[in-house]
Amino acid sequence: MENFASLLHGFGVALTTYHVMLMMIGVLLGILVGVLPGLGAPNGVSLLLPLTFTMDPVAAIILLTSMYWGALFGGSTTSILFNIPGEPSSVATTFDGYPMARQGQATQALTLAFLSAGFGALVGVILITVLSTWVAKFALRFSSPEYFAVYFLAFASFIGLGTASPFKTIVSMGLGFAFAAVGMDTVSGGLRLTYGFNELLSGISFLIAVIGLFGIGELMLTMEEGLRFDGIRARVKIRDVFRTIATLPRYWVTLLRSAAIGCWMGITPGGPTAASFMSYGLAKRLSRRKEGFGRGEPEGVVAPETADHAAGSSAILPMLALGVPGSATAAVMMGGLMIWGLNPGPMLFVERPDFVWGLIASMYLGNIVAVLMVLATIPLFASILRIPFAIIGPVIVVVCFIGAYTVAGRPFDLWLALAFGVVGYLFKKLNYPIAPLVLAMVLGDKAEDAFRQSMIMSRGSLSIFWSNGLVTTLLLIGLALAFGPLLSSALGRLMKPKASSAVA
Amino acid sequence: MLKKTSWLLATTIAVTFGGVAQADWKPAKPVEFIVTSSPGGGTDNFARVVQSIIAKHKLMEQPIVVTNKGGGSGAEGFIYTKVAAGDSHKLTFGTNNAYLLPYVAKLAYKPDELTPVAAMALDEFLLWVKADAPYKDAKSYIEAVKAKPDTFKMGGSQSKDTDQTLTSLIQDATSAKFIYVPFQGGGAAGVQLAGGHIDSNTNNPNENAGQWKAGAITPLCVFSPTRLQGGVKVTATMGWSDIPTCKEAGIPIDQFQMPRTVWLPGGVPADAVAFYADLLKKVSETPEWKEYIERTSQTDRFLAGQDLKTFIASDDAKNRKVFEQEGWIAR
Repeated sequence: MENFASLLHGFGVALTTYHVMLMMIGVLLGILVGVLPGLGAPNGVSLLLPLTFTMDPVAAIILLTSMYWGALFGGSTTSILFNIPGEPSSVATTFDGYPMARQGQATQALTLAFLSAGFGALVGVILITVLSTWVAKFALRFSSPEYFAVYFLAFASFIGLGTASPFKTIVSMGLGFAFAAVGMDTVSGGLRLTYGFNELLSGISFLIAVIGLFGIGELMLTMEEGLRFDGIRARVKIRDVFRTIATLPRYWVTLLRSAAIGCWMGITPGGPTAASFMSYGLAKRLSRRKEGFGRGEPEGVVAPETADHAAGSSAILPMLALGVPGSATAAVMMGGLMIWGLNPGPMLFVERPDFVWGLIASMYLGNIVAVLMVLATIPLFASILRIPFAIIGPVIVVVCFIGAYTVAGRPFDLWLALAFGVVGYLFKKLNYPIAPLVLAMVLGDKAEDAFRQSMIMSRGSLSIFWSNGLVTTLLLIGLALAFGPLLSSALGRLMKPKASSAVA
Repeated sequence: MLKKTSWLLATTIAVTFGGVAQADWKPAKPVEFIVTSSPGGGTDNFARVVQSIIAKHKLMEQPIVVTNKGGGSGAEGFIYTKVAAGDSHKLTFGTNNAYLLPYVAKLAYKPDELTPVAAMALDEFLLWVKADAPYKDAKSYIEAVKAKPDTFKMGGSQSKDTDQTLTSLIQDATSAKFIYVPFQGGGAAGVQLAGGHIDSNTNNPNENAGQWKAGAITPLCVFSPTRLQGGVKVTATMGWSDIPTCKEAGIPIDQFQMPRTVWLPGGVPADAVAFYADLLKKVSETPEWKEYIERTSQTDRFLAGQDLKTFIASDDAKNRKVFEQEGWIAR
């Protein structure tokens, strides 16, 4: 109950005209950086950071977090419209969002994405409000073996997703691991796979790969197929927005499950990207309309978006309570906190309740503001698809390359994006799945670090992975998810000959 | 005639003022601050505090652009600086990693390709254990580690970096043996200690202050020649100045500190170096800087010119010895 009193006090702090105005500015800027692939929330927030030095901490964090929400929403827009994820965490949204847009259902896809995202964020904030103390304690129980188990779970829930052959999936995932290994290795401090290129020291940015694989690869394919977007004939009707809103309750199971996955991954630094992949994987597995996934199934948009935003908002909690950021953007904001003279950590809640609860209250308000604002932009964005390809195609190329350049300001990345574009094109032509590569790139090095740290801790003994209840449970669920389909099909095959021999 | 005179006059004025301008170098375009860590890291915080102070007190006319180039433990930023040789509008922020990184990894820059401008603070290292651990002082902890070699886990940030160097120094000085576990950063090492997954770490004050205040962990000693500056009590019973130095506590290591350094590319005019040294000196004299130093419990020490070179040479030699002994030198 104490938390609710604090929250009401927080609303008192956050609800001023000045703060609401900051929220709107932040959300607008966020949508802008989110829509541009490459720029993204972490870059946007660090660009805006110097402006906040002279503001008071509450106003500053409201501006930055609102920008974060805006960027998360904006990132889904380009995923759906052009198959170009604006943010790494919206890659999974492309799987069904883009096919929906191609079938002329861009409005529906955008509406579903924004609403489920808003729902996810709200669940995340409620979790922070109600369980902040407990959650912070729970997060402390995670060490390297537990992290590895969480990443393993994410991989496992994603295995057997595509329609491609398992061997192609393994090839794609293996390439992803190799790309993730490039650069300096935390555990040994040595350089790997850089081949003397200074540009590869910091590794291959995941964003560059996504821009190339999805954006440029997709454009090449479109050009080959005849220079037009199929969604072009779709008419944008405002009515569709409201009609789609009415269908949302149908997905309540997916919404709740995805929100739970999102909160979990936000608190145990798996991050929004892992959350959205995992949620998509589980949604497909548990859905009754499995065949529809990848071909424009609305549930395939709802699942990753809900998890993405639930993770995004709950990632703020470990940042505030433990001083460990749950996402890249949270890391930037944490830097800001220190400059404004606040020390993130368990005592922040005690020492600066006005700041903490003002921030939490602003998360409720900021997300509502963001949902309303992005819903209003749907007709605008959806009608972009009606522009002839001859105009929009070159614009996308330019945006992709500008995006690739803004990731780190390096000309080398432009070539890298182009190379990934060719890889993406070949993958699609040869029917190799891209998603496993992307997942392995995001989580590969983290999983590797966690595994090797565990091995150092246990002095090389694998028994550390069943040394306590938490890690054992996580690993068992992971194994069940990974080998479940294999076992059930093997069992099925075993049963069949018996059945036929019985008949004979 | 008139025309010629005025032209002459103009030239004279230009030459005179041009001469003055050269002696008194000033940035002519926006200055880029290159941060050799990712956003949110200690070096990032350092650079952005300097930026905010310059902006607040209007110490420089030109605006500042901060870019993070933290790839390869900061090597990305230093290589970027090396490539920008002769450009006096690029100021690079780092630690002693500027001259230590090339020892442990094969990198495309040498420390002498960078121009040192200033060291603005010394970050301290402490030995931390979990608050409910049965060790009341550094001596009893080290005795416990000695009794069971290779079972106690020491966490730290990165590999072959300051934390692991210090761990190696402790092992040498006391003949205790730890398992060193590298994490992505000091923050992660702090939380791992608070969660009881490792037995100790050597974090900087700033990285562990929150957990100490919350009573999850406790410091045993500080690797500094003198005790830390006082200030208010952090917990009910202890403040920074109540922490004994490691030497008094029985670990014979005099001093282990990490300078926060600022660099220019090679081949820049001496006037530019002097300008930035002077600018940073002014920054270090503001109340905001004092506040930053106190909040992060670092030691306030401004070094430039010859003092800085001497400091770097001795710090370099000390670390090199450890690297050689541990076999970390990359060929």
